[in-house]
Amino acid sequence: MKSLLQVRALSRTFGSGKRALQAVKGVSFDLAPGEIVAVVGESGSGKSTLARLILRLLSPTEGQMLLEGQDVQRIPLRTYWRSVQAVFQDPYAAFNQFYSVQRLLQKALTLFGPLPTQERKARMHLALQSVGLEPERILGKYPHQLSGGQRQRVMVARAIMLRPRLLVADEPTSALDASLRATVLNLLKDVRQKHGMSIIFITHDIGQAYYLSDRILVMYRGEVVEEGPVEQVVEQSQHPYTKRLLSDVPRFHG
Amino acid sequence: METLLSVKNLCAAYVQGGQRVRVVDGVSLELRRGEVLGIAGESGCGKSTLAQVLALLARPPLWVEQGEFWLDGTIYHLAQEHRLSRELRGCKVAMLPQGALNALNPTARIREIALEVIRAHQPKTTPQEAYARTQERLERLGLPVRVLEAYPHQLSGGMRQRVVTVISTLLNPKVLIADEPTSALDVSSQKAVVKLLRELLEQRVIEGVIFIAHDLPLLRNVADRIAIMYAGKVVELGPSREMVEASRHPYTKALVEAVLVPEPYIRQRRVEGIEGTPPDLRAPPPGCRFAPRCRYAWARCRELEPPPFGDKERFAACWLLEGMSA
Repeated sequence: MKSLLQVRALSRTFGSGKRALQAVKGVSFDLAPGEIVAVVGESGSGKSTLARLILRLLSPTEGQMLLEGQDVQRIPLRTYWRSVQAVFQDPYAAFNQFYSVQRLLQKALTLFGPLPTQERKARMHLALQSVGLEPERILGKYPHQLSGGQRQRVMVARAIMLRPRLLVADEPTSALDASLRATVLNLLKDVRQKHGMSIIFITHDIGQAYYLSDRILVMYRGEVVEEGPVEQVVEQSQHPYTKRLLSDVPRFHG
Repeated sequence: METLLSVKNLCAAYVQGGQRVRVVDGVSLELRRGEVLGIAGESGCGKSTLAQVLALLARPPLWVEQGEFWLDGTIYHLAQEHRLSRELRGCKVAMLPQGALNALNPTARIREIALEVIRAHQPKTTPQEAYARTQERLERLGLPVRVLEAYPHQLSGGMRQRVVTVISTLLNPKVLIADEPTSALDVSSQKAVVKLLRELLEQRVIEGVIFIAHDLPLLRNVADRIAIMYAGKVVELGPSREMVEASRHPYTKALVEAVLVPEPYIRQRRVEGIEGTPPDLRAPPPGCRFAPRCRYAWARCRELEPPPFGDKERFAACWLLEGMSA
């Protein structure tokens, strides 16, 4: 299958000289349409920097990314963000305190230029319904009036309303209760099913990666040290770091 | 085993603007010597408020309404004694807070913070004594002594949390109340903090830990027994292994089922979260508080509150268990 996104030898260095820190070192991978890839690693492994590079919130020091074969540097940012959207860890920080849900969603829709009011309304309603929220009750609310789970669902609704080809989810469930994590991950699963969206799922929790994704990239100190189908990486891991990561996961049964 | 700390029928409420919201509602718990007791539940179930009360840190707008607090055979009436001496708070019961970065003064070196903590309780301590004590403690626990000269931002998240753990146990408290000490950490740093707590228990620096978390797999590994809280009440209690493998309360079962671990069974089915949200404690539902979200709820659950069924070692508060022997 043709790749949606090709990442080639991507690197990012912060600082310079003695203090230079290479947060991402020569990362390469391909992402197929409709595929969910998890990027797993401990704090400081460079996984969030990778997410920001893919979102073009940071520019790489070296390397290249191709979206459907086209060098992303040649795509204007606004056009790029129509195809690539994000859900972040902390929905409270990602949400303007003074915006109602309606205003937040409308603002996002301006990426597409002027749309008729009817169309805008229809899209907002559809997106909220697809994440299990009632538009009539939610649209007028402000972030402090929503629960953590509702806020994160609004952020997912915002992202899927834009029908991106690729969703970068950076620790979308870390701030949520365990009882809600499954709900949000199921939501991502369903979105992929319905819209054929590809997802890059960044997490430090290998259990969640195992549940949601097709393929896993394990990052350690800025490099991808192991990569493969989920079952293979989890059940027959090769790299010592992956093995350590797995052995550090608390055992639940037995 | 001997009881170290016990609370009976503890109630605590936030009072503001004439409104009273009872967040801890009739909680009775026992912590034994040498034990880690886990407390789990969703956000807003009252577990952090319970931690505040147990660590004797409750202050307005949080009020302790009633409850007995027994520590090592001495009773303290929390509802009346609004100002408990520092002999008790910090020295006998200490709090290990959630966000290590917020707990540490960013402009002070670790050794200065340690000195401040010791001097708050033992004003005559010299900086040299405090330094030596902290250094000795770090060495005994296998942590690098160089952290004493570091500022908080120079330490990694995992190390910072371990340093806070060491500082909060410098005065050898009997009981450590750990409120989500590892929630912001990755699994490897989590493991290190848990190992440190176990080490402190083994070396008898502390004699018991109440470990609050929403992460069941973690509690299953760190705690000897687990209590599950829902909407201000303890709904089930038992040995950790049994709580996971043979939970009785539908809420505990749902929590266990929502856990995502890298074990083959989770890829073979759809894991469901728990629908709905915990009740508004300003107006809790009559009857069982979990009933509105419970798939087994029937008429009686919505009218009458279920008492705990079982004994004080292993119980669950659910009408489904009526008549069952423990």
